[in-house]
Order: sequence, then structure tokens, then C-alpha cells
Amino acid sequence: MSALFLRDATVRRGGQTVLDSASLAVEPGEVVGVVGPNGAGKTTLLRAALGLARLDAGRAELAGRDVARLTDPERARLAAYLPQARHVGWNMAAGRVASLGAFHLPAAAARAAAAAALARVGMSGLEDRGVLEMSGGERARVLLARLLVTGAPLLIADEPAAGLDPDAQLLALELFREEAARGAAVVLTLHDLGLAARFCDRLAVLSGGRVVAAGPAAEALQPDILGQAFSLDGRLEPTPDGPILIARRRGGWS
Amino acid sequence: MRPLALNLLLSVAILALMAAGLALGEVQLTGTQIAQGFADPASAPHEILFDIRLPRTAAALVVGAALGLAGAVMQGLLRNPLADPSVLGVSGGAGLGAALAITASLAGVPGAIEAAALGAALLVGVLLTWLAARFREPETLILFGVAFSAFLGAMTSLVFNFSPSPVTLAEVFSWLLGSVANRDWDDIVRQLPALVVGTGLCLYAARGLVMLTLGEETASLSGLPMTRLRAAAVAGASLLTGASVAMAGIVGFVGLAAPHLVRAGSGGDPGRVLLPSALAGAVLLAAADIAARIIPTDLELKLGVVTALFGAPLFALIAWRAARSWTG
Repeated sequence: MSALFLRDATVRRGGQTVLDSASLAVEPGEVVGVVGPNGAGKTTLLRAALGLARLDAGRAELAGRDVARLTDPERARLAAYLPQARHVGWNMAAGRVASLGAFHLPAAAARAAAAAALARVGMSGLEDRGVLEMSGGERARVLLARLLVTGAPLLIADEPAAGLDPDAQLLALELFREEAARGAAVVLTLHDLGLAARFCDRLAVLSGGRVVAAGPAAEALQPDILGQAFSLDGRLEPTPDGPILIARRRGGWS
Repeated sequence: MRPLALNLLLSVAILALMAAGLALGEVQLTGTQIAQGFADPASAPHEILFDIRLPRTAAALVVGAALGLAGAVMQGLLRNPLADPSVLGVSGGAGLGAALAITASLAGVPGAIEAAALGAALLVGVLLTWLAARFREPETLILFGVAFSAFLGAMTSLVFNFSPSPVTLAEVFSWLLGSVANRDWDDIVRQLPALVVGTGLCLYAARGLVMLTLGEETASLSGLPMTRLRAAAVAGASLLTGASVAMAGIVGFVGLAAPHLVRAGSGGDPGRVLLPSALAGAVLLAAADIAARIIPTDLELKLGVVTALFGAPLFALIAWRAARSWTG
């Protein structure tokens, strides 16, 4: 049974179709990247899958159940979400923020889980630091730790690499691979196509709200798709360390 | 400061203010008279201490605690440090209810003004609770609240406009400016059910307030029943605010300033800030009431005037310090 399943999902907003008959299935143990230019509908696809954006047509399921019919606790047991906005309302300690991923556990167990997750994201010993006193990248790591603390069978992260330094980007993606290895299904939106190609088992390419290509990176990021979806002239170049993207803007500087 | 130490310190301050509330007032009592008041239930000092000053001090503490708690809940719910119990129009509703009751010559009926104030606050609270369950974004709730406040303020002005006599007008004004003078135990007991239920709802909502720190969407996916918790927060804060206004009129700044005073000591956590906010609110209002009693003026200063006069500079100081810490 797919951890996440979208069939012909359509979302309209203000007279515009922002997600247009999108279909996607994500299985336990795999990392799926959702890529596409700004405004392609990536965040809407994630929100639709989670029941945060109402579908005008189509179907969204988590673990085989209609997401619109799940109660809040049921949905939380099936999926956890890291939104793109890294906003935290108050200057709470990093350990406390991370522990919110396990609020249902006894306080000591939640604290321990938070400390372990903060260590995984490279923030060991910073449990007591206020998150509003941190840099944007550090705060993003704390919020990633909260996502990991949930231990949910489906992890959905919107731009988890945004605002992170190169080392932290690689660390974040390695952590998602670790989560997939423990059996979780992982869905990420990413702008760095090189990272997406290297760390994701499959990619779904969105353009104008439609899934225009899906599959392993070598198939989904064919030169014609790069041109159609991203207006790029380019190709994926295999290297011993994984594929890298070589591209330039159409008609741009070469 | 650790949260436990902060709560202990505030509790000690409350005890000190209770003692001061008994010792200070219009009539100066000597040590002997105070001792007599404690020893002899039939004495005049006993009446002053236990029938006038103690219920008045208790009313100040209860109203302050309710406003501090309601303010902390509103700030947590709306994730806005400028929110206070009046921001959604509940105080305005209670004020209008009281103004209507006074102009309808109900002042002679015991508890009538208070009942009208609480009833009107509950009406606004019910409407807000419905809106809070329907709309997730705090901005929406704030905009509705601003509209309610403006409308209810205009309605209260209309009551002034059609006031049958200048005496009634003065009565309404005097009531709206806030006071706990001449409150007796009955006045407190009448508001207890609203205060107890309101406090219970606010404490129930605390987990939701903490989760809202991460934003609406993360909170709604956390597994907590956020719609219910948000509604409980609005209903609880409305009950506390309505009961406070019913007991003491409209008293500003306490609900706004109390959570700010204790936020750093509570680790910024909007759940853990609730108890110290209530304690700090009690301290602020009891202190303001004592100030109102002992500042030598022909007519005793109104509580709302004192809290604004002293609260505004204090609040500016808090804002100054907070801004300095943010900019490093």
C-alpha cells in the first residue's frame, strides 16, 4: 500500500488551476523528489496530499485512506510535514521545539528524542538555545530535527535544503536517506536538480500544475523535459559520485 | 530565571501585596488597631480589614490573574505580542453590556450590571469561538476582532449619546474606567463560575498554544485536535475577560504587559507562560489598586487610569529592552 497516493488531484485557487490532474504514489522505503520551477505547484501538491489544500477533483490518500476523512490524530500517525516557512512564533529553546515532534511521549522521553535528533542534524549541545537567537540555517536544522522526532512513516518536507550551507544540505539529504532506510516514505521538494538526482529514488517534475515527467532522475530529467519545464538547455552527466546537472538558460550566457 | 523560581517570586510578591492591601487604605490603622481587627470580630478595624480591604484586594488579585492569563492565551493563540484580552472585542462587548444596564437604571439591582457585562462578553465570545473554529489564520481573527471592537465601541458611544442624564453618563464613565473599590465577597463569588470554567479552558488549550508556535499547518498536522483547542482558547480567554470586566470595569495594560514581564523567564514557551502571566497580572493589578488607594487625590483614582499611567511607561521599558535584545 502506498504511503502517499494522489490520483488526478486538482486544486483551483482564484480561478486558476494550481494543481492539474496530478498523480503520484510514494512507497515505504523510497525518497521521491518533487521538482519544478517557481509556481509549478510543488507546495500545493504536498499540501493536497496532506489534506491541507482542498481538492477540487481527484483523490488523496495516506496509507490507503482518504486524507479528507482522517481525524487529526490519525493523520499525524501517518505523516509529518516540514513546511517551507521556517517561522517560529516565540523564542523557545531548540530542545523544546524539537521535542514538539513527540508531544505525546512523557516529557523526559520527548526531551531525549529531541536531543538525539538535534545531534543527528549537527546541533548537539544547543538544546537550550532560543531558536530566534539562531541563524536561519540553524533554525531550519532545529525544525528538521522536529520532523525526525515524529518518526512518522511518511515524511514530507518542502524545500528542506533551502537556506542551508552545502554541508548541511548534504547532511539533511543523507538523513532523509537514513529515514527511507528505516522504512519511511520520504517526499521532498528541491530546487537543486543535482541534489535531487543524486539523493532521490524517483523524481516527479511539475510544470504549470501538471506532472510532466516521473521516474528515476535519468528518465525524468531528460533534456526535453529540462527545456519544457525549466527552460534550460542541459543534461544530467553521470559521475562516479552520482549524476550532476550541466545546464544553461535557454538563450542565456554560455 | 528558572520558571519555578519565577513563580515562587511572584507568589511571594502576591503575599506581600495582600499584606499591604490589608494595611493600607484611606483610613490609617495603627499596629494596635490592626491587632484588634484580627482579635475582635466585632471591632471597627475588623470590618475595615475583612469586609472592605480583604475582598477588595482579593478582587484585584483575581481580576489581575484573569487578565494576565487571558492576555497570555490571546498572545499565544494569535502569535502576536501585541494581543491582549481586549483585542478581539470581548472587553468592548462587556463594556457595552454594562453601559446599557446602567442607562436602563439597573444599577440598583444587585449584580445586574455585572450580569449584563458578562452576558454581552459571552455573546461576543460565542461569536469569536465560532470564527476561531472556522478560520485558522490568526490574522483573520484579529481583523474580525478589530471590527467587533470598533462596532461595540461605537455602540457604547451611542449609549452615551442617548444617555438620559449627565449623572447616568458620569456613572457609565466611572464604571468603564475600572475599579475594585467597594467590592464584596458576593461580587467575587458571582464571577467564580465563569472564572473557573475560563481558566479550565485556557489550561486545556495550552498544548495547542505551544504547537501553534510552529505555525498553523504544522500544528494542524501535529495530531492535536487544533480546531477544538483554538476554540477552547478563545472561549476561555473570553470568559476570563468578561468576568474581569464584570467585576472591575475595563482595566487596560495588565493583560498586555503581564505575559511580557514573565516571557523570558518561561523559556518563551506559550504554554509555560500561562501560570506566571496570571501571577504577574495579579501582582500588577493589586499593586495598581494599592497605588490608587494611597495616592492622595480628592476622588480616588480609577484602576484603569492607574494601570494605563504606570503600565504604559513600564510597557515601553519592556519593549525597549526586548528590542535591544533582538538587535543584539
